[in-house]
Amino acid sequence: MQDNTFELGGKRLSSRLFIGTGKYASDSMIPDVCRSTGACVITVALRRVDFNAITDNVMQHIPSHMQLMPNTSGARTADEAIRIARLARATGCGNWIKIEVITDNKYLLPDGYQTAKATEVLTKEGFAVFPYINPDLYVARDLVNAGAVAIMPLGAPIGTNRGLRTEEMIHILIDDINLPIIVDAGIGKPSHACQAMEAGADACLVNTAIATSEDPILMGKAFAEAVRAGRHAFLAKSGGTSQLAQASSPLTGFIQNNEGLS
Amino acid sequence: MSFFPVYEQYKNMGIENIISDINQHSVLRSLNKNILTIEDFAALISPSALPFLEQIAQKSHDITRRNFGNTIQLFTPMYLSNYCNNRCLYCGFNRDTQIERYQMSLDEIDNEARVIASTGLKHILILTGDAPKKASISYLKSCCDVLKQYFSSISIEIYALDKKGYEDLIQSGVDGLTIYQETYNTDLYDNLHPTGPKKNYQFRMDAPQCGAEAGMRNVTIGTLLGLDDWRKDILFTALHASWLENHYPETEISIALPRIRPYYGYYQPEHQVTDQDMVQMIVAIRLFLPRCGITISTRENESFRNNILKLGVTKMSAGSSTAVGGHSLSNTQHNQFEISDTRTVEQMVLFLEQNNIQPVFKDWERF
Amino acid sequence: MIITINGENLTFDKEVSIMDFLNIKKITPDSVVVELNQEIIPSANYHSTWLNHNDKLEILRFVGGG
Repeated sequence: MQDNTFELGGKRLSSRLFIGTGKYASDSMIPDVCRSTGACVITVALRRVDFNAITDNVMQHIPSHMQLMPNTSGARTADEAIRIARLARATGCGNWIKIEVITDNKYLLPDGYQTAKATEVLTKEGFAVFPYINPDLYVARDLVNAGAVAIMPLGAPIGTNRGLRTEEMIHILIDDINLPIIVDAGIGKPSHACQAMEAGADACLVNTAIATSEDPILMGKAFAEAVRAGRHAFLAKSGGTSQLAQASSPLTGFIQNNEGLS
Repeated sequence: MSFFPVYEQYKNMGIENIISDINQHSVLRSLNKNILTIEDFAALISPSALPFLEQIAQKSHDITRRNFGNTIQLFTPMYLSNYCNNRCLYCGFNRDTQIERYQMSLDEIDNEARVIASTGLKHILILTGDAPKKASISYLKSCCDVLKQYFSSISIEIYALDKKGYEDLIQSGVDGLTIYQETYNTDLYDNLHPTGPKKNYQFRMDAPQCGAEAGMRNVTIGTLLGLDDWRKDILFTALHASWLENHYPETEISIALPRIRPYYGYYQPEHQVTDQDMVQMIVAIRLFLPRCGITISTRENESFRNNILKLGVTKMSAGSSTAVGGHSLSNTQHNQFEISDTRTVEQMVLFLEQNNIQPVFKDWERF
Repeated sequence: MIITINGENLTFDKEVSIMDFLNIKKITPDSVVVELNQEIIPSANYHSTWLNHNDKLEILRFVGGG
């Protein structure tokens, strides 16, 4: 089965690896990483302009064909996220928004309730909403009802690179939720991304692991290959090998070979 | 939103035909998965799965133990009334059958309940025929008022109701609903139910959903195995149960596996259902729906019931009678069907304990 | 008049429009999004939107983020 492009939020994408723009040693690396990853979707954040610093505008480093996914980082409540989303859209970048509502500065874990509230409002305003959450089934169901376009469960807390600590929970979401699942945060190695895709995730968002590696361009390539490998493995489905040995006390030994209705 | 369009969609996909095309590789793949789809279930109930029956059974035993412990819940049916307006070809209470029709008075119910309660049972399943004017909602509500004093959980197996009807009974203390589609084969269903309210296939199919929406804590569905090719009926039963689980996650869904039994009537079932078939059903259901209850009644004989205890069953009836007032009334009424395992509750309990299984009498308390 | 811009109180002794301010700070208009008193101002209106005493202006742009 070929799986070259897929539809998401009204766009046709050719890559299941989404990337970020944070934490780069220099933003000028970004175009090369876009190339080496083959990514179509890239995240940005919205901040106040600092008048005293001569800052580069990150937008000038993002190739024009990339689909922008602004995030609402900095928002601590649904209202703040909604405000940031509206501001982001006013830049003319499209209607995609990743909702990140984080009140906790220690672990940077998202607030599911505020996220669901923001999702509901923004969906009604025509945004394509991508909520970032702890992999909680009930929060995810609320988000489905609120009209989210996909669910973005974390693999591990932001920036920790610890991999899929929440693997079991993500599997539950993949199994139970009828929306694309994009694993976001915590993916530290290409093998983590491969693992997520193999389990049936629809895409992975990787920022820290690429941006802070020794060679972001090469690491980006590695992640792209890992995401493709995982996806192919998921589609091909491994052949059956029996993992169960013959038990010493059979449970079905009592069945007679020739029998009618008892 | 009803299950019927989903049923039709799968029927039109010809899902029952895929069962015969399944090969052993598919069976192994499905067997090794942790989260199974309906296609995996079809593989496990296919003839190609038979060489792996022991492995599937071992996995089923393991999953059951992890989800339910080494326990089996006990209950008994209480037949309140055998008046019936339907002419179901396969049933001993068929309107045309010349049997004595009886409906217990509240005093008789009180007596019957006392006899049953003295065995230690706390979960009761009350049954009536399809006669809403006779075994009316208000009659049933009065029965519940009596039964509440003896039992901590009351389930009903009666004519199909709508959501309002179930809400009404829930207010009187009912917390469980059992209702069988009998067969998911629409043509066969139509033939088997020539007249009477039960002829309405879709109304009956919607009943479990209405019960769940009304707030039933437990909903048990099933088909009468032997009416149609069991593989087809069980496939749709499992699909129905899975659909109910997904749409009503707060409701405990169970599947009962009544195998057609001799009864006072003339209908000859078309299809055989062997012990091996029953085993295959139980273990396949367990792998597909790890938290679904599986009920086996006293239709099955002692030896069979003993052997399937560890396969995935979670609920069994004991000390049963399928006659109206069969536990207490001295005049013997006709049975709906013949009981096979005639052990008393005490005998069942002893046997379970000897086999390292804890009999559960009470699993719920009304509040 | 005192206008709060990006959280900082700034004093102006004559009238200033949003576009004027962006020009003073050498900010390209289409690289930012502007919010005046909690209301988003379309870029077409930068020229014609004048700032008043006690206004709260937010000027934001995209930055790197995950």
